[in-house]
Amino acid sequence: MNSIKSRHNFLVALAFLGPALFFYLMYFIIPIPMSFFYSLFKWNGITPDMEFIGLKNWNSLFADSVFWKSVLNNFVLVIMSIIIQIPFGIILGAMVSSKMKGSKIFKFFYFIPMTLSAVAIGLIWIFIYEPNFGVVNAFLEIIGLGQFTTGWLGDPSTAFGAVILTVCWQYIPFYMIIFSAAISSIPVELSEAAYIDGATRIQTFFRITLPLISGTIKMACVLALTGSLKYFGLIYVMTEGGPSHATELMATYMYKQAFTNFRMGYGSTVASFMFILSIGLTLLTLSIGKKKVDTYA
Amino acid sequence: MRKHNPLMIIGLIFGILWLFLTLYPLFFMVMNSFKDSMQFFMGSAWEIPTSVSWDNYVQVWNMNFPRYLLNTTIVVGVSLIILVLSGSMGAYALSRMKFKFKNLVFVLFIMGITIPIHITLVPVYTITRQIGLYDSLWGLIGPYVGFNLPITIFILKNFMEDIPVSLEEAAKIDGATRWSMFWKIIFPLSAPAVTAVTIYDMVILWNEFIFSLVLINSPKNRPLTLGLWDFQGQFTANIPAMLAALILSTLPLLLFYAVSGEKLIKGMTAGAVKG
Repeated sequence: MNSIKSRHNFLVALAFLGPALFFYLMYFIIPIPMSFFYSLFKWNGITPDMEFIGLKNWNSLFADSVFWKSVLNNFVLVIMSIIIQIPFGIILGAMVSSKMKGSKIFKFFYFIPMTLSAVAIGLIWIFIYEPNFGVVNAFLEIIGLGQFTTGWLGDPSTAFGAVILTVCWQYIPFYMIIFSAAISSIPVELSEAAYIDGATRIQTFFRITLPLISGTIKMACVLALTGSLKYFGLIYVMTEGGPSHATELMATYMYKQAFTNFRMGYGSTVASFMFILSIGLTLLTLSIGKKKVDTYA
Repeated sequence: MRKHNPLMIIGLIFGILWLFLTLYPLFFMVMNSFKDSMQFFMGSAWEIPTSVSWDNYVQVWNMNFPRYLLNTTIVVGVSLIILVLSGSMGAYALSRMKFKFKNLVFVLFIMGITIPIHITLVPVYTITRQIGLYDSLWGLIGPYVGFNLPITIFILKNFMEDIPVSLEEAAKIDGATRWSMFWKIIFPLSAPAVTAVTIYDMVILWNEFIFSLVLINSPKNRPLTLGLWDFQGQFTANIPAMLAALILSTLPLLLFYAVSGEKLIKGMTAGAVKG
């Protein structure tokens, strides 16, 4: 009786989950082991001759200095994202969540970059950084710093910084919204009590607001960490990972190996490494999160 | 008393500076799209166009642009319908039913939120070739649905869990099936979450780039983002036309944002902000 019922429940649930599972398994879950499988082959992806080479791709990967450069760049991107985006996100979030007149209009305009595609943003900023008619150089000329003009995206020493600033331009509005939601959920009584006790606005911000949104700050760091592995479009459009791999990320390197050089096996190896890394990072943040809950309990 | 607080003045100055930083790139784009390439290359980037010329827009419009727009609309539309229907049905099962492997299925979906889609690129490419959908608009729908399901199900499941079970219990007494409970009670009540998730998925898919880069080849099948990427190659000598193409491609979502405002902001951040 019981087993009939549980079997029935399973079939009903399967009926509801069926369509989602079909797409998810076929286009997301099954491809994961497939990528690991492909990483054992030398293969151009088009002709059927796949040559089994064991762990050779993995050995090459660990010896590939360009790959390690891309890992390092991903790491730098995370750190810079956290250092730049989160403080600006908090400041802007505090501003647009204040009851000041017009803060809603500011919020509306600030959010615009989040609605644009990475391709559009990348192309706009190519023109802004352009050496001959770009706005950055024109601005430097005007304020008398003409000697610093350069081709920002073509110069290996400035390209990555220029790209990171564009990433920040795109994503700061996102963090602004997260923090404005967190700040508006703080009860007004708390800051009012602080004012009555004679605290200044700055003191209230550092002593009350910041500690109360510390959970959101941690969450924003996790989002920046896991999100950074996914950056692709913007950088691919702006620099394709160049010049001389200065802006190479794991994602751009993976794409180029698999679909520009048609080294599908090697590209799959890079992708598999990204997968392992993302699972590792997720487990790490989960275990840190758990530890915190444990100490509270 | 706090009216002339220096902090507020600093805040205001910062706020206006940031506004400038956000809007200037867009302004730059609009302004220069009206120049002819002569004026653009000879003059300075700051210069106001001497005459407003729509030539660039006409040129872009006559170059496959309507086709790209139509392609994106079709793919995004069909993907959204499948995503919302299959996602909300799945979320319902995960939020209400007891069955074997439920936790495994849930963890599998949640994992997908943080995994970079690059792990799926080569296999999706080979699968799509195998089933004969390479270089077809329809080939994009599978991956589009697949990679957006995790966040879709996550948001919908969270919302459905907060709907009281008592409504369904009452319906059950009246002899309602799971199917009718879902469509008549839970789905309509989930409207706020469905709206949020639809907006989120729509913006992500409208701007999607990497799957179209991998799965589409011929110009007539390109979605907007990929078309834009191609314009860049064709317009190296005519930057203003490129800028016009950029504006035309971003306009649909900007208009949608102008109309929906706060709703779009809520949708775009629904995965990260609770409530």
